Amino acid sequence: MGEMEQLRKEAESLKDDITAARKAVQDLTLQDHVAGTAVVGRVQLKTRKTLRGHLAKIYAMHWGTDSKLCVSASQDGKLIVWDSYSTNKVHAIPLKSSWVMTCSYAPSGNMVACGGLDNMCSIYNLKAKDGNVKVMRELAAHTGYLSCCRFLSDSEIITSSGDCTCLLWDIETGTEKTVFAGHLGDCMSLGVAPDFNTFISGACDFTAKLWDIRDGQCRQTFGGHESDINAIGFFPNGNAVITGSDDASCKLYDLRSDQELITFQDSSIMCGVTSLAPSLSGRLLLAGYDDFNCNIWDTLKAERVGVLSGHDNRVSCIGVTPDGMACCTGSWDSFLKIWN
Amino acid sequence: MPVINVEELTDLDKAKMEVTQLKTEVKLERAKTSKCCEEITEYIQSGAEEDPLVKGIPEEKNPFKEKGGCVIC
Repeated sequence: MGEMEQLRKEAESLKDDITAARKAVQDLTLQDHVAGTAVVGRVQLKTRKTLRGHLAKIYAMHWGTDSKLCVSASQDGKLIVWDSYSTNKVHAIPLKSSWVMTCSYAPSGNMVACGGLDNMCSIYNLKAKDGNVKVMRELAAHTGYLSCCRFLSDSEIITSSGDCTCLLWDIETGTEKTVFAGHLGDCMSLGVAPDFNTFISGACDFTAKLWDIRDGQCRQTFGGHESDINAIGFFPNGNAVITGSDDASCKLYDLRSDQELITFQDSSIMCGVTSLAPSLSGRLLLAGYDDFNCNIWDTLKAERVGVLSGHDNRVSCIGVTPDGMACCTGSWDSFLKIWN
Repeated sequence: MPVINVEELTDLDKAKMEVTQLKTEVKLERAKTSKCCEEITEYIQSGAEEDPLVKGIPEEKNPFKEKGGCVIC
């Protein structure tokens, strides 16, 4: 038997062992557990603000930790930092490369980052002494597009890439500290755990992986999706992961039992999930789709309890404020809307 | 720190990486789903009462409310 064949057989056998181990702890499904729980009442959110200013498709948005400022990235070649209460633009940052796919707000509020088809993650200092926002660092090492980035602090950021890897960077020195390799398809999205010790990545190999930030190890891999995972996020308590896929479904995977607990899908939904965000308590899951809508799901009962419709094109990004007071949707129609 | 170029890995390399990873994952200690479901539901139910998007926000407490005048929703 060739080495390749031997490895293939070994992999299959290990996968069977994992499937059996997961089944062995499956003494109750979430569906059964919540059988007696009522579905949450119909959720009707209204557009409270529309943020106008981008001139092309919006690809990403991220809330600041103050739940008031947010940053958005558009292929008009700009990053805009908005005061969402007043709709004023606090900063309009011109980018060297207009092919931006992601943006992130540092928890401190001191920096924003973005990247895309330039394969780089550019860090901008919002608090420079002369008041001008300029590039502080250009983090270059990925050999594919930058799909997502998230700050851990002012000195560290994690990026995911079309080159199938994620990287942890030292912003000060502008160099890579750790490589997270293992995905066999483009990494599309990442989410950092509430305790900042781990992060999750979703990829075009249809799997989600949980990584230890400090030692670079992949701890867990979750399959089940039948197409690319475009969106990923932690459940608020950090013990579960939610994914959104081109297969038109979202899934919730529990980390401690190492398995999928629930799938959010409906036969009437046939288009891909582009983005997702849980509400503050985790009771609601808001997910943006290719069909211009955002569906609101009851996380426990996996039933649709609301729709956000108002965009004239694909909803590409969604974010719930850290204080849970509102959600923001960004769209290819060039607008951001704030709902609650 | 060398960046791993996944495109340069041979099928054999990828197969070895996969087996190594699976050997790590098979050893994971897994908790019973009944316990996990319990924890998730408890977490949600203890927070849902105060979840602004679930229970709604009174007009005067909404930082995003429209500034006076008529609003067509």
